[in-house]
Amino acid sequence: MSIDRFSRPRGSPAFCSSWQEETIGISRARLPLLPVSASGLPLATMMSTRALGLGSPLRQSIFSPSLARNQSLIRATLAKRAIQTESLPPAAAVDILNKQRLKRPSSPHFTIYQPQITWIGSIANRVTGGALSALLYGFSLAYLVAPGTFDSVHVVEFVGGLPDAVKYAGKALLAAPFAYHGLNGIRHLSWDMGKFMSVKAVYQTGYAVLAGTAVSTVALMFL
Amino acid sequence: MSLLPRLARPVCSSAARPFSSSAARALATPVAQKPALNKEFKIYRWNPDEPAKKPTLQSYTIDLNQTGPMILDALIKIKNEVDPTLTFRRSCREGICGSCAMNIDGQNTLACLCRIDRNGAKDTKIYPLPHMYVVKDLVPDLTLFYKQYKSIKPYLQNPNPPEDGKEFLAEPRGPQEARRDVRMYPDEYLGPATLMQAYRWIADSRDTHTAERREVLQNEMSLYRCHTIFNCSRTCPKGLNPAQAIAKIKMELAAD
Repeated sequence: MSIDRFSRPRGSPAFCSSWQEETIGISRARLPLLPVSASGLPLATMMSTRALGLGSPLRQSIFSPSLARNQSLIRATLAKRAIQTESLPPAAAVDILNKQRLKRPSSPHFTIYQPQITWIGSIANRVTGGALSALLYGFSLAYLVAPGTFDSVHVVEFVGGLPDAVKYAGKALLAAPFAYHGLNGIRHLSWDMGKFMSVKAVYQTGYAVLAGTAVSTVALMFL
Repeated sequence: MSLLPRLARPVCSSAARPFSSSAARALATPVAQKPALNKEFKIYRWNPDEPAKKPTLQSYTIDLNQTGPMILDALIKIKNEVDPTLTFRRSCREGICGSCAMNIDGQNTLACLCRIDRNGAKDTKIYPLPHMYVVKDLVPDLTLFYKQYKSIKPYLQNPNPPEDGKEFLAEPRGPQEARRDVRMYPDEYLGPATLMQAYRWIADSRDTHTAERREVLQNEMSLYRCHTIFNCSRTCPKGLNPAQAIAKIKMELAAD
């Protein structure tokens, strides 16, 4: 092992050597011919102390004349560690992991998303589709059950007797989901053909469908 | 190998040295300090050591003028200076590794690519990636994702590689039938990231197992649970378009 006196082993900061020289009063200039380790000791001394396992205590006693500088002593006497550790065999890791897995919560999802036209438009498509289907099936079943009450004549008579405001509100309520679902359906068909697949196009077609829905709803209301 | 006694180093590295993520405290010339711009961050917390406790949003207020520009800078500052128990993943801090993926102000994105909104009056909410099991705080369990990703065999499959010295030597020779041990998940939607990779291999002209790759996706759940919402493309911090890849797989499967 040869250590150049100008090189230093990894992990030992350069500033330490000057500090040690000041402390123990060794000047390297006086020992130019001996191979010198970074700690300032001649290598032969160092190696023998290492062989005996005395390196650390010896160096501590040399470099830390005052007990007050002994960090391990300070830690042992003054500060108790706040964290207690427990030693377990490696095999216990799987058990601990499985116990944790059973209790893991699922992170929140639907409630935390920022409102965006992408997913709100998609949900609106489903809701309007569901509502329109419910109306279709509901009316058909009602007609099956009570044909006398739900035939065209009676429905026309019933609606004709309503005030204008209710008529228009009811028409808007029927026309808006129908227009939205129809127009958005076209959008979905174009996606299925691979058209308008960029994020920009999705936003443009999304707003176009909303505008088309507004226009169609008003048009259908005044039919 | 340190030749120095560890404990005899100068006291400058004492145990109580404070970590500092803040700027320019140690400059020789004093820098004119900007006035504090405090902002509240509400961060999802859950600790596996106390599993009975419900997840909560914990509030931290930090000075944005002493913080880097990105959400990840704020998280690191909080962890260093306010609460070392805050747990999150991060690695490259430049949008390559994807470790710091989380839900910030309602959008799934990377904390290292997401700028802090400098409006101090509005708080910023940070959650782990949505609808995942939480390991701790902002760390979700990605096991299922990696299993699904593995299930699409994200590697080149070609029993006839070119002769030695030519290109694509990555695959060992011989048929790949021995790799049937990978479990399939036909009862789960694969998700945009995995499906985009699936398309990447379906589209690869060097791959000879295209038909098998399609076959695997030909069920109700794996692919067709995509409802073309575009959340994936809208949120992708790298500007990819998984929705388009999925649409292309759908068109290929429709032509089968």
